[in-house]
Amino acid sequence: MSTFTAVENISRRDVLKLFGAVGGGLALGASGLTWSPMALAQDKEARLNLFIAIGEDDKVYLTCHRSEMGQGIRTGILQVLAEELEADWDKIVPIQGLADKRYGSQNTDGSRSIRENYDRMRQMGAMARTMLEQAAAARWKVPVSEVYTADHKVLHAKSGRSAKFGELALAASEQPVPAVESLTFKEIKDFKQIGASRQIVDMDAMLSGSAIYGYDIKRDGMLYASIMRPPVLGSDVASLDDTAARKVAGVVDVYRLPAAKGAPAFQALGGVAVIATNTWSALEGRKALKITWTQADNSQHDSTLYLKELVERVQQSGKVVRQVGAEIKNWPEANTLKAVYTVPYLIHSSIEPPVATAHVTEKGCEIWASTQTPQSTQQNVAAALGMEEEAIKVNVTLLGGGFGRKSKPDFSVEAALLSKQFKRPIKVSWSREDEIQNGYYHAISAQSYQALFDANNKPTALLARTGFPSISSTFAEGVEYPSGGELDLGFVDVPFALPHLRYEAVKAKAHSRIGWMRSVCNIQHGFSAGSFVDEMAHRSQVSCFEMWRSLLGEARREAFSEQGFKYGNYGEDLSRHPVDVGRYLGVIDAVEKAQAKAPKAGKNQGWGFAVHRSFVSYVAVAMLVEVNEDEQLKVLNAIAAIDAGTIVNPDRVKAQTEGAIVFGLSLALMGEITYQEGKVQQSNFHDYPLLRLPQTPAIEVIIIASNAAPAGVGEPGVPPVAPSLTNAIFAATGQRIRDLPVNKLLRV
Amino acid sequence: MAEVLSTQAAVKKASTAASTQTLSINGKSFTLDADPKMPILWALRDILGLTGTKYGCGAGLCGACTVHLDGQPVRACLTSLGQAQGKRLTTIEGLDNQKLKNAWAEHNVPQCGYCQAGQLMSAAALVAQHPKPTEEQINSAMSGNLCRCGTYPRIKAALQNYAKQEG
Repeated sequence: MSTFTAVENISRRDVLKLFGAVGGGLALGASGLTWSPMALAQDKEARLNLFIAIGEDDKVYLTCHRSEMGQGIRTGILQVLAEELEADWDKIVPIQGLADKRYGSQNTDGSRSIRENYDRMRQMGAMARTMLEQAAAARWKVPVSEVYTADHKVLHAKSGRSAKFGELALAASEQPVPAVESLTFKEIKDFKQIGASRQIVDMDAMLSGSAIYGYDIKRDGMLYASIMRPPVLGSDVASLDDTAARKVAGVVDVYRLPAAKGAPAFQALGGVAVIATNTWSALEGRKALKITWTQADNSQHDSTLYLKELVERVQQSGKVVRQVGAEIKNWPEANTLKAVYTVPYLIHSSIEPPVATAHVTEKGCEIWASTQTPQSTQQNVAAALGMEEEAIKVNVTLLGGGFGRKSKPDFSVEAALLSKQFKRPIKVSWSREDEIQNGYYHAISAQSYQALFDANNKPTALLARTGFPSISSTFAEGVEYPSGGELDLGFVDVPFALPHLRYEAVKAKAHSRIGWMRSVCNIQHGFSAGSFVDEMAHRSQVSCFEMWRSLLGEARREAFSEQGFKYGNYGEDLSRHPVDVGRYLGVIDAVEKAQAKAPKAGKNQGWGFAVHRSFVSYVAVAMLVEVNEDEQLKVLNAIAAIDAGTIVNPDRVKAQTEGAIVFGLSLALMGEITYQEGKVQQSNFHDYPLLRLPQTPAIEVIIIASNAAPAGVGEPGVPPVAPSLTNAIFAATGQRIRDLPVNKLLRV
Repeated sequence: MAEVLSTQAAVKKASTAASTQTLSINGKSFTLDADPKMPILWALRDILGLTGTKYGCGAGLCGACTVHLDGQPVRACLTSLGQAQGKRLTTIEGLDNQKLKNAWAEHNVPQCGYCQAGQLMSAAALVAQHPKPTEEQINSAMSGNLCRCGTYPRIKAALQNYAKQEG
């Protein structure tokens, strides 16, 4: 089991510091047990470790230190904690952890909350259970080996005695903390929580309108800010006339924020903030601003021209990043298949845009934010204010979607800078236009693939190139190539078993803030590889399933040794999370079987397929589409099989996979951000549309039963969606779509 | 029973058009001093503290702010206080169709939950008019509500299940 940082029997004072003392904690309007950090400030609980406290009323307070953004982590983490504790699910009170390094990493991105915490949370649960058992044994004066725990009680079989958790809580909190090596764990067959489709803990609050998101925070004396940010990355205010804005009812002040300098990282972008007594006045005031902006290096950026350059570049040689066998120099036209694929810039567009409230005082700063990264929020706010990190308290609200955008804490930095200036709590609410025009963009990209076929039309060699502006450019100036970490995302790590493989990366400078978005570079790499394998299948006149099987070769674990790169494997050890060809084959088989039972492709219809490993999980997707005479596309069915190892909450895995298909369809069908003169051309859902209910296919999700280590769930469903869709369109029409989005060619 | 809530927005500047607005929200009467042009979305959220109604786009494109005005679904971001005068306003906090909420819970519809208030308000208006909605009616009534998490299949299933229970 992995090590962890914070097994300590922390004192009650620490607990109050961690969660806020009575009155100083989160005084959120709608309390109620579903989201109430105040619960721990009651007198009646005893803390057993960082994640578990038990009240004398028998309630168990379990802390989720990761952010809830729809993936169900506030339920999943609690299920793992409750499992080894033997806690009664109905007596659990969820607590949302503040930013605190003692929790270890709180970064809720990279589809890693369960895989990084599964062992730890089982340890925490087992530890608390052992302390309860020790307390009971001491009370009954019997050997600890004679007592056991079941159903929220500790029992002694010989004497027939039992005690509820609540009765033992205080005594247990004074027991010595057992060593991790001494802990015992349940067998899989005895699991009650892990593997159960528990309803999410926030259900009632979400259905009654009482769930509190970042946008819903209100503090006494709070002012509302709306910020007009530089439309071109690197530009700044040249002139400002705020006369009219200041006359708008409700506007309190207009304040110019300093422009970001150098690599943008998580700095506030700068611009002009309108401060008002309510959001509407702030927005109205902002409309009345007259601003001219300075020219910047990026003012010439035109995404159409830029993509043309990328397409040319991926057809010339680049930096070699993976090599298997000898380089093939001779590509006779008759035996070669070539294709180039492109994906445009994309933006996250969670329905709740970024939002943060800050209250800066002389002593420190308190933040309430829809954040995926409370600790990075703490660090960046501290740096911006010139304060110690410990002086920054970060409260994590529910997130109205995240998708990677809310792991960039720039919006909390903005709120903190404004609150410092105005000495009052300030909420910075991003508008939809802000979200679309001043985001951290999924990189525009091009990939080229070419394959060499032998006399029997079997592939023997593959050459792939990728080019896109790197996320690293957001954090350092002068970055011109994708990072190794980005190439690991579905590009170099596909375990093709051909004798000759060559992968190259080409130059691409950034002209906007590049960021990570749900499944990151796996989007373009999954699309291009998944499309090209289908093109190879058609050339070889075999099914796409067969082509994948033949390219992947026999079931084995691929370590990529001596191939010219060190594989990052999403931060996981290859022994725990191998690249397992057998598991690829497992999801391929599952989808092929399910498709055989699904409707056959009728007139103007076609099935398409793709498979992809990302975030150490394996997902295969088949899709059925119809394209009618009016070039109107209808996506009819989607079947997905996911192998994510051990599953904590099957219903949430199913929900995430359904959601990934909808997310993948949005980007493939209609997702496109374009730039002219350095400015984003889209502004709201009319020109950056998302999939709607009538466009959504029937979705079937198959979860592969597995006891392997738990793997990622939130992201891995996205990458195979776009290629399975365009492969299906090809099957239906003979039209190969290599440039996303699809709506450039078909009505969607 | 009238609850008088003064807004800070109202006390500003002579040029403002602030005036007394009386609203009927979830069966209660509220009086506030505000510009009649203010969208009810912001009056509900920032002044009255009814934050269940969500902002998503400010342009009637996403449906997150859907409320009922005299039983009809409208977008709170495009409906002004003036337009809501003298009409019955219902928000998610006042939605009393428990059967619909139960269908949502049974199908575990929400992921992040943010858009669900709007989804429920659109769905409630649909089933009020068509207690057994057809697929076409569901598609039409729910097409204005975006969900970035992708809960659409479950929204559809919940509504179809609701229709079945209507017998």
